[in-house]
Amino acid sequence: MTLKKDSQTRVRLELSAITKTYPAVIANDRVSLTVRQGEIHAVLGENGAGKSTLMKMIYGVTKPDSGEIKWQGEAIQVENPAQARSLGIGMVFQHFSLFETLSVVQNVALSLPDHQNLEGLAIKIKEVSDRYGLPVDPQRLVHALSVGERQRVEIIRCLLQNPKLLIMDEPTSVLTPQAVHKLFDTLRQLANEGCSILYISHKLDEIQSLCHVATVLRDGKVTGSCIPSQETPESMARLMIGKELPICQHDTPSELGEVRLKLNSLSQNSDDPFGTSLHGISFEIVAGEIFGIAGVSGNGQQELLYALSGEFPLASDALIEVCGQAVGSQSPDVRRQAGMGFVPEDRLGRGAVPQMSLSDNALLTAHSSQFDASQLDPSKPGKMLKNGMIQLSKVTQFANNCITKFNVKCGGAKSVAQSLSGGNLQKFIMAREILQAPKLLVVAQPTWGVDVGAAAFIRQQLIDLRNTGAAILVISEELEELFEISDRIAVMANGRLSPAKKLTDTNIDEIGVWMSGMWPKEKSAKDNHHV
Amino acid sequence: MFKNIVRLEARAESSHLMSYASPLIAIVLMMVGGLILFSILGKNPIEGFRIFFINPISDIYGLGELLLKATPLMIIATGLAIGFRANVWNIGAEGQFIMGGVAASAVALYFYESDGIHILICMVIAGGIGGMLWAAIPAFLKTRFNTNEILVSLMLVYVAQLAVSWLVHGPMIDPEGFNFPQSRMFEESALLPILIDGTRLNAAFMFALSVLLVGYVFMYRSFLGFQMQVAGNASDAARYAGFSAKRMVWIGLLSGGSMAGLAGMTEVSGPMGQLTEHVSNNYGFAAIIVAFVARLNPIGIFFASLLMALLYLGGEQGQQYMNLPSSISNVFQGMLLIFLLGSDVFINYRLKWGKP
Repeated sequence: MTLKKDSQTRVRLELSAITKTYPAVIANDRVSLTVRQGEIHAVLGENGAGKSTLMKMIYGVTKPDSGEIKWQGEAIQVENPAQARSLGIGMVFQHFSLFETLSVVQNVALSLPDHQNLEGLAIKIKEVSDRYGLPVDPQRLVHALSVGERQRVEIIRCLLQNPKLLIMDEPTSVLTPQAVHKLFDTLRQLANEGCSILYISHKLDEIQSLCHVATVLRDGKVTGSCIPSQETPESMARLMIGKELPICQHDTPSELGEVRLKLNSLSQNSDDPFGTSLHGISFEIVAGEIFGIAGVSGNGQQELLYALSGEFPLASDALIEVCGQAVGSQSPDVRRQAGMGFVPEDRLGRGAVPQMSLSDNALLTAHSSQFDASQLDPSKPGKMLKNGMIQLSKVTQFANNCITKFNVKCGGAKSVAQSLSGGNLQKFIMAREILQAPKLLVVAQPTWGVDVGAAAFIRQQLIDLRNTGAAILVISEELEELFEISDRIAVMANGRLSPAKKLTDTNIDEIGVWMSGMWPKEKSAKDNHHV
Repeated sequence: MFKNIVRLEARAESSHLMSYASPLIAIVLMMVGGLILFSILGKNPIEGFRIFFINPISDIYGLGELLLKATPLMIIATGLAIGFRANVWNIGAEGQFIMGGVAASAVALYFYESDGIHILICMVIAGGIGGMLWAAIPAFLKTRFNTNEILVSLMLVYVAQLAVSWLVHGPMIDPEGFNFPQSRMFEESALLPILIDGTRLNAAFMFALSVLLVGYVFMYRSFLGFQMQVAGNASDAARYAGFSAKRMVWIGLLSGGSMAGLAGMTEVSGPMGQLTEHVSNNYGFAAIIVAFVARLNPIGIFFASLLMALLYLGGEQGQQYMNLPSSISNVFQGMLLIFLLGSDVFINYRLKWGKP
């Protein structure tokens, strides 16, 4: 974990006083950074701290407004990613840069400098993917791949080029803990072979176990650098967010109540030939508990979520029961009337309309909430519709409540949704669903791309909602998050759901093994029903 | 080299100001373009401007004509805007207008030589239903087979044009009309009452104003209008919220179709007083431009319709006094749309000077 500090260790990349300004924000403000040969260098920072922008400039996607980039001692201008690759810089993006209509092997061939024999390349891809535990079929079309699989393609694509510097932008969010270990082994091996690695992350434990050196960014500026192995997560968090890491209060559930969500052996073939079909999924969630579903993306979570939300209604009512009401073939409206709230993983464009105001976005799902305006609790709106007409004052009142109660940073209820940062928009959507006092709340990726402070706040709100007696289903790829808030946890793999375990009876390692589909088969799905 | 001096830069957020300034800029550019066009044609541009934009509305009769021409535009554009806001692209208002006119004419001819207010009422209903049925075809095909409503509604315009041509040459021809391809002149009882003596402006104008008002309330105050706007902005969000996409298609097309049909009725029972092959005067297409210049907003539609009506009148004056071809109105309409689309770029982009 410590790097040989001999004087021979050459500097591979040196950034000095890099500045990049976008119309509304200074993304990087005189950032300096030095990466040595064979060094795994962490760039640590919250979402929006400017990590991705900095990496894009190294990779030639955008150009700095000022500052200097030195590559192996020579000042250079990286004009485009092709030049970066010819220098020996590879990058795995957080948001993927793949052509969706092409196959995996075609995508890889496009990024390689010479014309490739596709069959030979497919074999090479297979080799690399086996060696690094990144299974992917070279002939599949990218549009049909899950998020996790797309990232594997990106990683393989870089590794095929034997890079001298590999930039990894938040690479572990879609991997199982075991796969993360495997990836780390790969990265360490690469570093030993002399390859430098720039590792972008906000996960402190990962950085501690993997990286030699860390540079910390906050609001586009370097706030410090450190040797992670000599630091504590708390001290690094202070550098990263400027204050103590917030911790959720999670006490044991009080009284468990009646069944609020019941799935009766839900099986569904996916329309998409590369989608994941669901196989006999059964579980029950009762009032007063948080049920977490873990799993690597692309294992049927999307399909399960669509089945739950009602955006694509099922063939039969009996498959899904919300608060005792069979709603399998019913629209989202009916499910909401039955007491279900739903937070999708895409905020902009699905959970909220980007061009419309927060008031309008409050109306989006809260329009028929059965609250009485005369109720004393000011957070509960009056009826927002009267004879098909919108009661603007009620809508604005509700939107303002969402903003103040959840501390949403925005210019008021009239601001358009797309003007908010990801974390603030997520807080708003959470507020909209939670303040309607759902009996059952289904949440997908509650804190994806949300900064640490907002993430802790959102988790606390979920726990508080549980404490008022609501049932909550959380589907997340972040295991740490599920372990922080869930009362029971199950795993999805290959469209099947594992038995559920009480959080106190399991641990991250066991769930990690289950994430590859290997849970004890003798346990039947009936065990998912609460006892 | 040039791109180092001036370039387009994406705005952080789309400009609210620009989205309202853009139509005004387009109008100014259209007028400037018109002046240049007059000069190229060897006409005095100032004189041309006067004849085109001032002459037509210099007396009470002219003002009446302006409002008369604006009436069908207001009615159609409001109906279309409801659909456009939900990304339902009804391009076939021209055909729906014709079919509304045909249906209303059929009623007028059926009640020929009889009297009573019921005739006009039946004509209004027939006009609306005629246009609505014509728009129901693309709506059905879209919701059932996922056809493209732009193509289907547009192609049905040509079907409607041929249909009306056949009708006025055959079944609906005036038996005493010396074989001219047109219907009988309607009786007084089938004509809309005149609003101001000395003009041709009729009661349809009051109807158009109420359409604008109802349209405004529907778009900005009703939950259904809200749902349509959500569907237009983000279809995934509409599905997430449980708004039916099929319902949006039906409402969008039927509102456009019924309004176009009603406008067709006001034309045959207003200034035309009969059904001819040329019942429409391109109102169905011009209304699309009106709706976009107006930013799909009923208040904007009121003013944009007046402007478009002025272009019609100016074109007529231009033919009369400047020997310009009859297509001059279309040229001005086209310039207006092109300049509007051009300046709309600056809603999301801005010009940046100097090196990147």
